[in-house]
Order: sequence, then structure tokens, then C-alpha cells
Amino acid sequence: MSPVLFELLARSIWETILMTAASGLISLVFGLPLGLALVATDRGGIAENLWMNRALGAVINGFRSVPFIILLVALIPVTRLIVGTSIGTWAAIVPLSIAATPYYARIAEVSLREVDHGLIEAARAMGGNRWTIIREVLVPEALPGIVAGFTVTLVTLIGASAMAGAIGAGGLGDLAIRYGYQRFETSVMIAVVIVLIVLVCGIQWAGDRLVARLDHRA
Amino acid sequence: MNQHFASVTEVMHPVGGRSAGPNDVVRLIELKRCFGATAALDGVSLSVRQGEILGIIGRSGAGKSTLIRCLNGLERPDTGQVFIEGRDISRLGERELQPLRRRIGMIFQHFNLLSAKTVEDNVALPLKIEGRPRAERLARAAELLDLVGLSEKAKAYPASLSGGQKQRVGIARALAARPALLLSDEATSALDPETTRSILALLRDINRQLDLTILLITHEMEVIRSIADRVAVIDAGRIVEQGPVWSVFADPKSAITQSLLGGIRPQLPAEIASRLTQNAGVEAILRIDVAGEAARSPLLSDLASAVPGSFRLVHGGIDHVQQQPVGTLFVAVAGSNEAHLAEVIAFLKARQARVEVLGHVAGSV
Repeated sequence: MSPVLFELLARSIWETILMTAASGLISLVFGLPLGLALVATDRGGIAENLWMNRALGAVINGFRSVPFIILLVALIPVTRLIVGTSIGTWAAIVPLSIAATPYYARIAEVSLREVDHGLIEAARAMGGNRWTIIREVLVPEALPGIVAGFTVTLVTLIGASAMAGAIGAGGLGDLAIRYGYQRFETSVMIAVVIVLIVLVCGIQWAGDRLVARLDHRA
Repeated sequence: MNQHFASVTEVMHPVGGRSAGPNDVVRLIELKRCFGATAALDGVSLSVRQGEILGIIGRSGAGKSTLIRCLNGLERPDTGQVFIEGRDISRLGERELQPLRRRIGMIFQHFNLLSAKTVEDNVALPLKIEGRPRAERLARAAELLDLVGLSEKAKAYPASLSGGQKQRVGIARALAARPALLLSDEATSALDPETTRSILALLRDINRQLDLTILLITHEMEVIRSIADRVAVIDAGRIVEQGPVWSVFADPKSAITQSLLGGIRPQLPAEIASRLTQNAGVEAILRIDVAGEAARSPLLSDLASAVPGSFRLVHGGIDHVQQQPVGTLFVAVAGSNEAHLAEVIAFLKARQARVEVLGHVAGSV
């Protein structure tokens, strides 16, 4: 690989990391409260509101059923509104976040739902309000699952960011398509695949380590 | 059952418990709660006096859990009133209930400790909910862990504890906010017999040391027997019987109480029971229930001197419940003679024992 290609590879790695990290963070910030809202408003939840629950569920399912490549294009007006442009790495972060937020909300929902109802009852019996239950019971007890789910979301985002080349966001996927595939630079393709494997393994390893440290069940 | 009641049992076991007094920590009036078509509580009235341990016993599905949850507003009665320290909480909103619940500690069958918090943080949680500063919370947690004998586990996580230790933490946590009332929801049902004894002893100590009122629900008579002062028997959402533990043990009125007592009161051994007939035989088998004075006196030797005959103890014994002797004796009376038996029964009834002729056996047992 030429020095130019190396430079391209380095830039693509940075773009992929930026897209993944930024949209991952946004999906955590919005997805976790959404997941909490889904659990809290469900039947028997701490803020039961079935109408709200169904509405939230429908919106989440709607976003989750649109293939990412279509979302990427369909959200262009929204992206332009938020970032000011519809092309480039920052522009890709908008659709990536919007796709990852409902995805992560569902993953967080599953972990939160698994918290033993007896623990919520114990907190209520101590005189705790909803906020106490969320802060002292739901989130801490579900934390291992919340972190493990975040790891899964980050890995999924790395995959999704490969499509972001379609709106000129760059990244490793874009590099592999334009150089490795269209220009027959096999070495670029191999390099990209190796970098992706290292990235994914690194994220998974770090996530697993964190989960092991947080998990005091059993 | 063909029982001959002596009058003393009426005196020691007044029907319907006792009337409400000013020292009642809990007073329930005609609580009703339905789930669909089934009534979990079907008109329960009950009081718990300051400093006493009231045990509520019933089979699963009898309404125990619903009842105990009405006391801290985790469950709402459809009709009826729940007075806690003189205040009706049955119509309060969730927000008004929250400060009130801090006056009521609760322990659970499955402990319900937070796995993500250390033992001391679990114990300190009620104080955190109250908004107390961290230093005060930890000092109180240390004090309570000392009380339950788990000081060295303060920094451990609940997963590393045994069942008995977890329940001790649960008890410490329930006491953290200095409650006026402790609710125990089958607190020993998940524990082995030895651990159960130590947890019950701890609850007894706490009751005495802190003069803490305890209301516990259980399906095990052994639990009632070890620590309760009074017992209320619940069946199909109704209190069918209540009174001081020893008097209910001595003279259970309802079939459900008799059946719940079956496991811990002496029963006629099955091989003898299977040989019983109603026709006169070599021996008649009597069941004699005694309590109080009757159980303290030399009943059998007095019987033998008053009524000639041969009386053989087949099975049974005297137990002590709340320092009161309560006994069941199975006695074989030689001869199976009806006139003789009538004399024996008359003597025993005069001595305030309850007597029942179970039947006769052909050969000696």
C-alpha cells in the first residue's frame, strides 16, 4: 500500500470511530430513557400508561423497520436542518443516531424488564418514589445488561456506518468499496477487514470487561 | 369431630379476638379486595397492639399477601379502612403514602436485596430515600449490621451471602429508618429449619429490645409457635379464628386451624389409626387435649385413683407454647366398656380436658 493509501486508511478509521462514537453516545442518551419509558408505562410498570406505551412502541417499531440505507436518504432534510449539510461524516451521524436510538431502546428495555419485580416492591415499601426506583433499582440492577447492550449497539453501528459512504461520510466501509472493490486494491480490502475485526474485538472485549466488573448478581 | 368441650377453653379463647384499644399500631376494618371474581380479602377486621407480634397464618391463596400489602399501601383495598398509628391510609395517594411507608419496615420471602449495592448500601437505602447525609447513613448501617451480627460483611455484595445472612441484611434494612411497625412477608419460607430458627430468634430479640410491633404472615405453624404472641387464621379472605397463640394451639376451633396445626401437634400413629373400629374391642383409644392447669396436674395418675382401670399412654406429650403447657395424649383404656368409658370421660371433663373417643382396637396396640 502506498503512503497515500495509508493516509486514507488512517482518515477512514478516524471517520468510522467518530461516526460510531458520536451516534453511539446519542443513542445511549436518548435510547436509555426511551427504554425506561417503555418499561415504566407498560402494564404493571411504575408509571403505567398503556396508551403512551403503545404509541412509543409503534414509533420505535416504525423506525426500526426502515432499512438503514433508506433511512440515510429519507432523513436528508432532517440532517440538513440539524447539521446544516446533508453530506459528510457529521451528516451521517444524524441518521445513524436516529437508527440506533430505537434499536438501543429495545435492548435497554429487555434488560430493564428483567429486573426482579420484588426489588421494585421493596423500594416502594421503603417509601421510594418513581425517580428513586429508577435511580436506585432499575438502572443499577440492569446496568450489566445496559452496558452489554451498548456494546452490541456500537458493533452494529460500525456495520451501519459502512453504508454512510452513500452520503459522502467516508469511513472504512466507503474506503473498502471505492478502493478495495472498485479499484481492485486487494491490499486495501484486506487492511480494512483487519482493522474492522480489531475494532469490533476491541469494543467487545472492553464491553465484556466492564460488564464483568459491574455484575454482582450470582 | 365428636369433641367434648370443657368450659375453660371458652374463657381462655374468647371468640373474635379482642376489642380495639388506643395502643393499636394497626387497625383494619372490614377490608375487602377482589381480583376479578375472586375475593382475596372478604371483610377482614384486625388490630395489632403496640409491641406485640401478630402472626397471620393461612394456606397459599388465602389472602395473606394481599392483606399484608394493604398495610403499607402496596395494595389498595376496594372497601374498608386501614388505620396505621391512628391514621386511615386506605384512601391516600401514592405521594402521601411515601413518607408513611418510611414508618413501616418490610422483609420479604426472597429478601429483595439490591444485587448492585453492597450490604451496607442496601441497609442504608431507606435513609438515602429519606435524604439523610451519607455519613449518617453509613453510621446507622454499621449499627444495624452489628445488631444482626453481620458487621464483617458490610462491604460484601448480597450474592456472596447465604440465605440466612441475606435475610439478616433484609431485617437490618427494614429497621434502618426506625419504623413503628415491621411487616414480615413469609420471611423464613425460603430458609432451612435451622436458619429459620435463628432468624425468628433475631426477630424476637428485636421485638423485645426495640419494643417493635411485628406483623408477620406465614403458612408454617412452627413460625407462629416460636415467636407470635397472637395468631389470626385466614382462609378464603376471612379471619376464621384469632387469639393468643397458646390458646389457639390448645383448642383450635376451625377445621383449617386444626389442619394447619396437624404438622406440629401429635397425631395418632397411622398403624394404630388403621386398626381402629367402632365396635368394642380389647382397648378403647382416647384423645385427651389438655392445656393450662389440666396439663400441669398429674392427670393420668389422678384418673387411675379416681376411676379404677388400666390406662396406658400410647402416644403424645406436653408441649410448651408461650410458657403454657399444651398437650395431646393418646391413651388406651383397657376393657372398652361403655359405662366405664363414660366415667373416665366425666372425670377428665371435670378436670377441664377435652376428650374424644377415637375408637376401639381388637388386640393390644
